[in-house]
Amino acid sequence: MSTVLETTEQLADKHPIAPYLRMDRMPHIWCPTCGIGTVVRCYAKALEESGVDLDKAAIVSGIGCTGRVAGYMKLDAFHTTHGRAIPFATGLKLGRPELLVTVFSGDGDLSGIGGNHLIHTARRNMDMLVVLVNNFIYGMTGGQNAPTTPLTAKSSTMPFGNFERPFNLPHLAASCGATYVARWTSLHIRRMTKSFKEAIQRKGFRFVEVIAPCSTLYARLNKLGTGFDLMRFYHDNAEIRHGADTREVDIGYQDKIVCGKFVDEERPTFLEAMNEHYTKILGDRYVPMSPEGGWIHE
Amino acid sequence: MKTDPAGVLTGAHYLDGDYACGEGAMAAGCRFVAGYPITPSTEVVERIARRFPMMGGTFIQMEDELASMAAVVGASWTGTKSMTVTSGPGFSLMMENIGLAAMMETPCVVVNVQRGGPSTGLPTMVGQADMMQARWGSHGDYEPIALCPQSPQEAFDLTIDAFNLSEKYRVPVMFMMDECVGHMTEKVVIPEADTIEVVPRRLTSAKPGSYLPYATNGGDVPEFARAGDGHRFHTTGLTHDERGYPDMSADCQETCVRRLLDKVKGHVDDIVRFDEEDTDGADVVLVTYGITARVARMGMDLARKRGVKVGVIRLIVVWPFPEKRIRELARQIKAFVVPEINYGQMVLEVERCAAGNAAAVPVSHGGGGVHDPQVICDAIVRAAK
Repeated sequence: MSTVLETTEQLADKHPIAPYLRMDRMPHIWCPTCGIGTVVRCYAKALEESGVDLDKAAIVSGIGCTGRVAGYMKLDAFHTTHGRAIPFATGLKLGRPELLVTVFSGDGDLSGIGGNHLIHTARRNMDMLVVLVNNFIYGMTGGQNAPTTPLTAKSSTMPFGNFERPFNLPHLAASCGATYVARWTSLHIRRMTKSFKEAIQRKGFRFVEVIAPCSTLYARLNKLGTGFDLMRFYHDNAEIRHGADTREVDIGYQDKIVCGKFVDEERPTFLEAMNEHYTKILGDRYVPMSPEGGWIHE
Repeated sequence: MKTDPAGVLTGAHYLDGDYACGEGAMAAGCRFVAGYPITPSTEVVERIARRFPMMGGTFIQMEDELASMAAVVGASWTGTKSMTVTSGPGFSLMMENIGLAAMMETPCVVVNVQRGGPSTGLPTMVGQADMMQARWGSHGDYEPIALCPQSPQEAFDLTIDAFNLSEKYRVPVMFMMDECVGHMTEKVVIPEADTIEVVPRRLTSAKPGSYLPYATNGGDVPEFARAGDGHRFHTTGLTHDERGYPDMSADCQETCVRRLLDKVKGHVDDIVRFDEEDTDGADVVLVTYGITARVARMGMDLARKRGVKVGVIRLIVVWPFPEKRIRELARQIKAFVVPEINYGQMVLEVERCAAGNAAAVPVSHGGGGVHDPQVICDAIVRAAK
């Protein structure tokens, strides 16, 4: 029989990722069977297994359900404005280049209102890991249509079904220049963790999309059953195809979900390109910003 | 403390206001700038982009002004002094993250080289119609600080002051230039680095684990922790408690937002700055700022020749407004005359503070040029009657 943990103290004592979380903020706001918590757990596990210096790790979120992740991670954490997590993270990285910067946010935040920042930051190969949790819908505001809502799926603002073509996010990121692109569902705990670990160790713009259930809104509006039914659906319909052509990984309504690592390549990051270029052009006159930041006094 | 000499181009130069502003930022120790091209402000970042690589600074041209302002707030949280530069349309886009800077209490400087508006307006021509936007542009209640230079020399000097005020009070500071000052070329003297005083980021001495990002310990302004120093703090644009944790309650809103206002309101005497001349015994006092202050001076001289006793208040810090002094003067004079390159913005503040004790006369110019000094003179003469 499993043990039921009743208090946050018990959780703090017993949960393996408690040291990575702000236990004084538990319980979290996510609905039962929401997939975001699973993704957080995998990310924390990846941090642990990567052995990174947590004092130098910063996390940035935008707004929305996944936007709350920064609030629960025990790192330097920034809960910013809607869509602006990526440019905020750009500032953090360039202001203190030694930081390991992760952006953790949702599909609406990063590919809807923040879409312009997503493509340009991938183009620059800015050094950050972007974890995009895709639940096909705007969760926190009540189930509105997202740029990821599959064709014909219902949302509160497309009550007769969505007729707008959604983004194929791995393809978008890859075609803009992301050097690491993977997709998993929240069912793929070990593979997702492995992807996060790999991505943490890579440089440049790393993009991991995780398909996650929203049983409160997406599943209810589309009569897809419970959280368990959604996980069962992932189990039956996820297809792992490492190295798949990203043009072919778009997601149809209740159709197969192609998962795997699609891109893993090396290209100079923004900072590497800048340093190399200025060194070549300016020689000894070039003074790069210190890894600890620009002219920090005291 | 003294500034980093690497950013100080000591000497006498012939610079336009935009370049002088860029030099001021570098002299103040600014080492991160994010911006998006927009006339008539772009020369500021062009100057910086050319000089930053030699002093350990990073400039990045972002995809838009939303991103520029977001990057500036992010960079400032590393302790690196940060700035962005824009004009009206970009200033509108920046308002979202100016609010975030205010809420997170992030020191930063936002330069707006004003052009004619609304919308695309007069991209290459002067305006002063963003003055109320500088005060009220982002939603919700907050107290920004705004400065207004009247010359390239002041564009240099006051940019340093803008950084210092932003550090001291942990607020976004609006640097409200105008196209004329931005594109006017004059002598600019940049002093030796060891004479330039800068306010350092007030870093916390708390041990990791005990730091509370928004605890003020009875003061007004909390101590700062840089990302990457091991404090593992949390900050948010949501209404928050001392831990930086969201607290959705009217009580927390009162504590959180009230302090954002009080930390500036409680120090207006330290922040407010203006030049005052010949107000003793004056019947009329000009209230003016930016390029218009220089044009108005000619109008004032013309009015004096016609026998009017006229003095002047030139605003250097425009927000917070020198409320106390305007109230005092209102009881001694007949009228304030307020020429500005808009259809009446700062005059509303003058009128509010005059509270019926003196008239507040707008002298409007819609933008695209400066006032005819004769028009200002005539307004002064009429107001004196």
